[in-house]
Amino acid sequence: MPKSAYYIPIGPIHPALKEPIRVEAEIEGEKVVKVDVKRGFAHRGIEYMGMKRNAIQTLYLSERICGICSISHPYAFVITAEKALGIEAPPRAQYIRPIIAELERIHSHLLWLGVIAHEMGFDSLLFWIWKGREKVLDLLELLTGNRINYSVFMIGGVRRDIKESHIKALKDMITYYWELTEKMKEIILSDPVYKARTRGVAQLSKELALKLNVVGPTARAAGLRMDIRQDMPYDAYADIDVRAVVPQDIVGEARGDAYDITMVRIYEIEQSLDIIEYCVDNLPEGKILAIPNYVALLAKIRRTKGEAIGAHEAPRGEVVHYLKFDGRDGPSVWKVIAPSYNNINSWAPLLLGAEVADIPIVVAYIDPCMCCNDRVALLKTPEGRVLGYEYIHRKAVEKTRRIEREVKK
Amino acid sequence: MTPETVFYAVAFPILGIFLGLTYKGIDRRISARMTSRIGPPIRQPFWDVGKLLLKETVVPENAVKWLFNAMPVLAFASSMTLLLYIPFGVLRAPLEGYGDLIVILYLLTLQSLAMAVGGFASGSPFSSVGAQREMVLMMSYEMPLATVIVGFALLYKSFSLTTIASNPVWNMVSPVSGLGVLLLFVALLVVTPAELAKLPFDIAEAETEIAEGMLAEYSGRNLALFYLSDAVRGFAMAAIEVVLFIPFTFSYVFGVSLSGATFYVIEGLWFLFKVLVIYIAAVTVVRTSFGRFRIEQASRIFWVHVNLIALLGLALVWLGV
Repeated sequence: MPKSAYYIPIGPIHPALKEPIRVEAEIEGEKVVKVDVKRGFAHRGIEYMGMKRNAIQTLYLSERICGICSISHPYAFVITAEKALGIEAPPRAQYIRPIIAELERIHSHLLWLGVIAHEMGFDSLLFWIWKGREKVLDLLELLTGNRINYSVFMIGGVRRDIKESHIKALKDMITYYWELTEKMKEIILSDPVYKARTRGVAQLSKELALKLNVVGPTARAAGLRMDIRQDMPYDAYADIDVRAVVPQDIVGEARGDAYDITMVRIYEIEQSLDIIEYCVDNLPEGKILAIPNYVALLAKIRRTKGEAIGAHEAPRGEVVHYLKFDGRDGPSVWKVIAPSYNNINSWAPLLLGAEVADIPIVVAYIDPCMCCNDRVALLKTPEGRVLGYEYIHRKAVEKTRRIEREVKK
Repeated sequence: MTPETVFYAVAFPILGIFLGLTYKGIDRRISARMTSRIGPPIRQPFWDVGKLLLKETVVPENAVKWLFNAMPVLAFASSMTLLLYIPFGVLRAPLEGYGDLIVILYLLTLQSLAMAVGGFASGSPFSSVGAQREMVLMMSYEMPLATVIVGFALLYKSFSLTTIASNPVWNMVSPVSGLGVLLLFVALLVVTPAELAKLPFDIAEAETEIAEGMLAEYSGRNLALFYLSDAVRGFAMAAIEVVLFIPFTFSYVFGVSLSGATFYVIEGLWFLFKVLVIYIAAVTVVRTSFGRFRIEQASRIFWVHVNLIALLGLALVWLGV
């Protein structure tokens, strides 16, 4: 862009976008007339790192691809690995996995709702929604032991079972979030200010959505019925008739704007509650790991040669993993495709002609995740000071126990 | 000018700064509590100013330096002058007789104008967009603000704030003009967040859109001066509303007769309480309950809705006089 142009830079240092990506918007008055999206600032080589480790280590490395979808990448990874290795997870594990994945969807959608509210200066809404989000994070910690990187999935099953006491907590959570979504519909979808700021903003037509190959709620808000859970069902999703949530089913038409995507996300929370309820009610008995011995599992991986592609519907859209095993205990090829990579394509056409005030909403609309695009970074401080594994583990165990005590009360 | 006037002229701005920052602290605290947060301590704005005064003042390379540095001083000076025109409870305004409501209107405008000019002078695209927005917003809310003042001029046949304060407006209105004054009050309450650049009308400083807009390039002492003038303006605006619409003294409301120092202390505290109530109602509650409007939406609100309310109020006042 010429130096004399009157443009505003958004990202990597901007209150609307704090991630390593740069959007240069040339403006005339309040209108954006030219947009340039520059990405690829952080190359982190996580796939290469994964190819140097064994499959179990790589699985937990895949959790670090994204800070929010920390179950989506391992989910896609285990589906792919199981396909490639010919392992089938026990039925109980196949029901536990969707419970965790849907809990994550609830927390991710609530996080997004808070972010979009903040982008339009509606901080009260942000605090209210994030206060509601705490319950699902606490529950995830109760079920998995961790609040962010859950480390609960394993090739051929899950590492932690759902106990009786957990089921009560899950039921309580379902009741709580049904009430919350009803309130959200009342407060967010009926709010005149929210409507005024989102109706017609970031409007993505069905044709453009198809052309840009957007995925997840971004595509569904534009009216495209696409959802991996519906199109290629796996685990317990195969037993549940999951239907993609599209605005035309809710209000009769899909405009594909920021209001519609809000609606889609709120209704997806309700859908997740239904899925969790079904899985909890129909949780089969039995073991949770196909091969409980990790040494045996690694030996099987070493013996097996094969490749597969697997996908999981993450809160932001489809996550696709490709894995190839040929005689090592880890993947010889690992390739990851994250939803933000597709969705960021929609920024340029949506920003063109938009108002300056709408830029943060357009930017937040797709729930961008740069760490999904650019994978992980390894950092070493000059002083060499790092928080030790023992310390972090002790703190995590302490907190989990505290939450367990609180739930029992 | 008597020594008493000189004393007030010095004491009022100091008191104004103290109260402005305190009210800002209370506002932040209440807003935090409304959103389930603990919030900062009430003294936080004082620490903010102290910290800003200690920080380096950076002037952008392509800024118009003298203009960039002069505007915070102008904004601060105008807010200080503004304080001298407001009767503090039962105390008379130090500059009483040297100006009236029209001067107050201009002093309020001057601060916004100083911020806009400072924004343009900084040479930053964020600031320039912010300054443009501020100008549009000023053009939108000045009309209802002026209508309120004309309404009072119609009633009192005077623009003097002291005259208005000494004779409560509600005692001299008929039912029709009373309704008109009420509508003018509503219009002024809606104008208040825009005048003070608070949500939902903080469009010129929209943090997530244009990174604080006009203030994006300001730092250190310059930012501290804008911060102080903003705090003082908040207090002054609420005080003006109290003087215009809720001038009833403590003795009048509760029917007690006070004298001496007690009279001044009680009436002073009563005045501060009324200002606080208005401040919370017009600023804290509103900014916590709303999202930010777009500039054209805000303009429409003022030009259509608020103007209609204000003009209807003015018509009723005119009919009732």
